[in-house]
Amino acid sequence: MNKAINDFIVRFANVNGTGSASANYLFAKTIFRMGIPVTPKNIFPSNIQGLPTWYEVRVSEKGYLGRREGIDLMVCVNPQSMAQDVNNVKPGGYFMYDSTKKLPDNYLRDDIHYLGVPMMEMSNQAFSDPRKRQLLKNIIYVGALSKLLNMDVEEIKKLIGEQFEGKAQLIEANMVALKLGIDYVEANFEYPLSFHLERRDLIGDKIIVDGNTACGLGAVYGGATVMAWYPITPSTSVAEAFEHYCKEYRIDPETGAHKFAIIQAEDELAAMGMVIGANWNGARAFTATSGPGVSLMNEFLGLAYFAEVPAVLVDVQRAGPSTGMPTRTQQPDLLLAAYASHGDTKHVLLLPSTPRECFDMTAQSFDLAERLQTPIMVMTDLDLGMNDHISEPFHWTDERKYDRGKVLNTEELEHVGRFGRYLDVDGDGIPYRTYPGTHPTKGSFFTRGTSKDEYAAYTEDGAAYKRNMDRLLKKWETAKKLVPLAQLYQKTKQSDVGILFFGTSQFSAEEAKDLLAEEGTFVDAIRIRAFPFGQEVVDFVESHRVIFVIEQNRDGQMRNMMIMEFGTDPSKLIPVLNYDGMPITADSIKNQITNFLNKEKTQHHELSKTAL
Amino acid sequence: MSYLKPLFRHPKLPKNKLGYTLKEYEGSLSTLCAGCGHDSISAAIVQACFEMSVEPHKVAKISGIGCSSKTPTYFLGNSHGFNSVHGRMPSVATGANMANKDMVYFGVSGDGDSASIGMGQFVHVIRRNLNMVYIVMNNGCYGLTKGQDSATADQGSKSKAGSINPFQAIDLASLAIELGASFVAQSFSGDKQQLVPLIKAAMHHKGFAFLNVVSPCVTFNNNPGSTKSYDYVREHIEATSTLDFVPEMPEIKASYGEGKSTKIALHDGSLLQLNKLETDWDPEDRISAVNALQQARVKHEILTGLLYVNTEWKDLHETLSTHSKPLNKMDESELCPGEENLQAINSGYR
Repeated sequence: MNKAINDFIVRFANVNGTGSASANYLFAKTIFRMGIPVTPKNIFPSNIQGLPTWYEVRVSEKGYLGRREGIDLMVCVNPQSMAQDVNNVKPGGYFMYDSTKKLPDNYLRDDIHYLGVPMMEMSNQAFSDPRKRQLLKNIIYVGALSKLLNMDVEEIKKLIGEQFEGKAQLIEANMVALKLGIDYVEANFEYPLSFHLERRDLIGDKIIVDGNTACGLGAVYGGATVMAWYPITPSTSVAEAFEHYCKEYRIDPETGAHKFAIIQAEDELAAMGMVIGANWNGARAFTATSGPGVSLMNEFLGLAYFAEVPAVLVDVQRAGPSTGMPTRTQQPDLLLAAYASHGDTKHVLLLPSTPRECFDMTAQSFDLAERLQTPIMVMTDLDLGMNDHISEPFHWTDERKYDRGKVLNTEELEHVGRFGRYLDVDGDGIPYRTYPGTHPTKGSFFTRGTSKDEYAAYTEDGAAYKRNMDRLLKKWETAKKLVPLAQLYQKTKQSDVGILFFGTSQFSAEEAKDLLAEEGTFVDAIRIRAFPFGQEVVDFVESHRVIFVIEQNRDGQMRNMMIMEFGTDPSKLIPVLNYDGMPITADSIKNQITNFLNKEKTQHHELSKTAL
Repeated sequence: MSYLKPLFRHPKLPKNKLGYTLKEYEGSLSTLCAGCGHDSISAAIVQACFEMSVEPHKVAKISGIGCSSKTPTYFLGNSHGFNSVHGRMPSVATGANMANKDMVYFGVSGDGDSASIGMGQFVHVIRRNLNMVYIVMNNGCYGLTKGQDSATADQGSKSKAGSINPFQAIDLASLAIELGASFVAQSFSGDKQQLVPLIKAAMHHKGFAFLNVVSPCVTFNNNPGSTKSYDYVREHIEATSTLDFVPEMPEIKASYGEGKSTKIALHDGSLLQLNKLETDWDPEDRISAVNALQQARVKHEILTGLLYVNTEWKDLHETLSTHSKPLNKMDESELCPGEENLQAINSGYR
C-alpha cells in the first residue's frame, strides 16, 4: 500500500462537457498552492460533449513532473468508462465513485478499496437548478478529496473566491457543495488516506500554466502584430491567448485602436500566406497550427526559405499521420518541419520543454526569423501546449530591444550604392533586405520563388542558382551559432553512455536518469533545444559510446536527423520511443535502456565465449 | 530573362504632379508573347499610376503564378513586387496589407490562378473586403503550360487544337458581386480608354476592387471558335457605361443626357462619374448588376465597365479596428507590455 506523503496519482474519470475541468483544476491548483510539485494532464477525446475524459494528477515531492503509470486513487463519475477505470486502479489503491446508484457487482475487486459518495443525490437535494446540480456535483467530490487527502480547505475556498470573483451566489453554492463532500467523508470514512498531502515550500516563485498560453504571451512580448491562423486542435488556444493578451495590452485606451491584427484564415495555406505577406512587409507575424496544418503550409515554407522571408510558426504537435489521434500527444512532426517543402530546404526548429521556454522561444523566434530571414518553427506538443505545467516564471527586461535583422532604411539606401537583395555582404550568408515603401527610387526588388541572382533579377543561369543555394547553406551555418544551445547535465563526461532528449520528454527522461542511477547505471544527458544542432550536440554524440535518443514518435525522427546532419554511425544511436499518444513515462525510458544494456552485456558475454 | 529597358527617354516627356514621367512607372521589358493582352493591361496600370501621380514606391505588386502573375515585373519598376505561390496571392496580399495600411496594393492574377487553384483564397479575400485592386488577366487558358482550358473558358469554346470545352465557365465578375465584392468591373485588354479610368477608380476605392479583364492569349487562345479571341471579344463587347474618374471634387460635366449620368462619391472625396449606356442598371444595386450580367450572358455579350460599387462597407482594417499607424512601423515601446505587467501576469498563474 502506498503510504507516501506527497507522492501519488489521482485520476478523474468524467464525461466531456459536464464542467468537470474547472473542479479538477481546482484540485490540482490547491496542491500547487500548498507548495507541492504537481502535474495535471488532460486525457480527452476529440469531442465536445458526452464522451469519456480523464484528468490525471501526479503529485511528486521530488519534483518529477513527467507522467507515471499506476493510479492510487480513481475518482470515477462516468458510468461509461467505469469498467475500465476500476481495472486501472493499482492493487491497494482506492476507487471513489458516485454511489447514488449501486455499484454493479462485476466492478468489485478484492484488492482495492471502494469509496462510495452519493454525489448526485446530495447535489440534487441541495440545489434546484439542473445545470448547477451537474456542476456542483464535481465540487462535492473535491470536498471529499480534500478530507481524504488532507488538502488545505482554506486554499480551496480562496481559489473558488478568485474564480468567481463578484459572483457571490456562485461562491456560496460552491462552498455548500464543498462542505457536503467534506461532511460526508467525516461521517463515513477514515481519513486521511495512507497516502496524502502535507504542505511544503517546494514551489518557490514558480507558476503553473499551459504552454499554449505561454506561446501566445511570448508572441505579444516578442512584438508580433499580425497573426493568421486556422482552428486546429491542439494549437487553437495559442491564438486565443495571443488575442486575450493583445486585448489587454495592445488596445489604445483613448481611441480603442488595435495594435494587432488577427485573422482567422480560410485554411492553413492562407494562414501561412498571410504570415509571409506581413513579414515581407515588415510586420512580425506568426501562425499556430499542428501537423496537418504544417503539411498544408509546405509549399509556402519552401517559398519563405528560398525567397528569404521571415515567418514564425508554432507547431503544437499531435499524433499523426493524417488526422491521427488529434487529442493525443506526440513529437511526430520533426522531419516534416525540419525539411518542409520540395527542393533542398532546411528549417530552424526551436524545442521548448516548459511554459517558460514556450514564452522565451516564441519571443526569440521573431528575432531569429528576422535575423535569419527564414521561417522559424517552435515545436511544442499537445502535452506541453494544453496541460498545465509548473514552470519558472516568465521573464523580461525592459532594456530588451527587438533584433529586426538586416533591414536598410531610407538613409542607408542613399549611401549603399547598388543594392543587392541576395548579396552576401557580410560573409555570414545573410543578405540585406528592404521593406516596401522605404525609398522612392532605391531598394525596391522583386521577391519570387524562382531562381534569381544576387540583385534579385530572375535568372535560370545554373551558376547563379548554385551560388544562391550555397549561400543558403552558409546562412544555415550562421543559424547554428544563433539558436539556443543544448542543455548539458554534466560539466565533463561522466559515463560513456548518454541519453539525449528534447521537448516534453525532459521530465520523464530526468526522472529515468535518477531511476537508473538508483540501480547503479549512470548516464550523461543532453537536452536539445534547437535544430540545426550546435557543436555541443556533435561533441556529445561523438564523445559517447552509446547514446539513447528518447523521443515520442515511431520512427526515431530526431535520431534520423542526427544521422543525416552529421553522419553519425547509426548503430550508436539507440532509439527509446513512445508513440501511444500518452506522454512518455520514466519507467518506460528506464526499462528500454536497461533492456538494451542487459542485452548488450549478454551479447558481449556470448561473444567473448565464442572467442574463447 | 528580363531585359532592362534603355534609360534614355525623350527629355520633353510630360511630367505628372510629382515631376515624374511615364518612365518612372515602367518596369522591365516584357518577356510575354508579342501581342499578349497582358502587356496592354500592364501599360494601362502604368498610365493610371502616372496620371494619378502615385508614388511608385508606395505601391506593392503581388501576384501568384502564371503568365499574368509575371506581369508585375513589367510595370512599376520602383515598387516592391512579390511573385508568390500559385493561387495564393490573396493571402500574401492580405498579410502585406495588414502590415502597412498606408500603401496601394495591386494583386495580379490569372484565370487559372484565381478561378481554379486559388478559388478558395479569391472567395475569402472578397469576404474580408481587403483594401486592394485585384486584377484578373483572363484569357481562358493556361498559357505557361501551353494552352489547356481554364475554368473561365466558355462552354463550347474551341481550343487551338480544335477540342470543344464541355464545361460551364466560372463567371468571376458575377461571382465577385454575389460574394459581396465592394467594387466590380469588367473590361477588355484592348480597350485602354475604358481600362485606365477603371484602374484609377479601383485604386481610389477603399475596399476590395475587382477587375476582370478579358485578355486574349495570342499564342494559345486566339483562334476562330475561341470566345476569348481578339475578334470574338471585339464583336461581343457591350459596355455598361463610360466612366470618368475625377480625383478631386469636380465640375459636373453637362454633356450627357438627363437621367443617364450617375455620380458616386468615394471615401477619399474623389468622384466617379458614370455615363450609363445600359438602361435598367444601377451600379449601386447588386441585384440589378447581377441581372445585367446574366442578361448579357444570354445574349453572348461581354458586359464591360463598372458593374457594381458599394462605398459603405467596411474594409478589413476598419473591421479589425487597427491603429492608424501602420503595424510595421511600431516598435517595442508600443508593442511590448513590459516587465511590470509580466510580473502581474506571473502572479495570476500562482
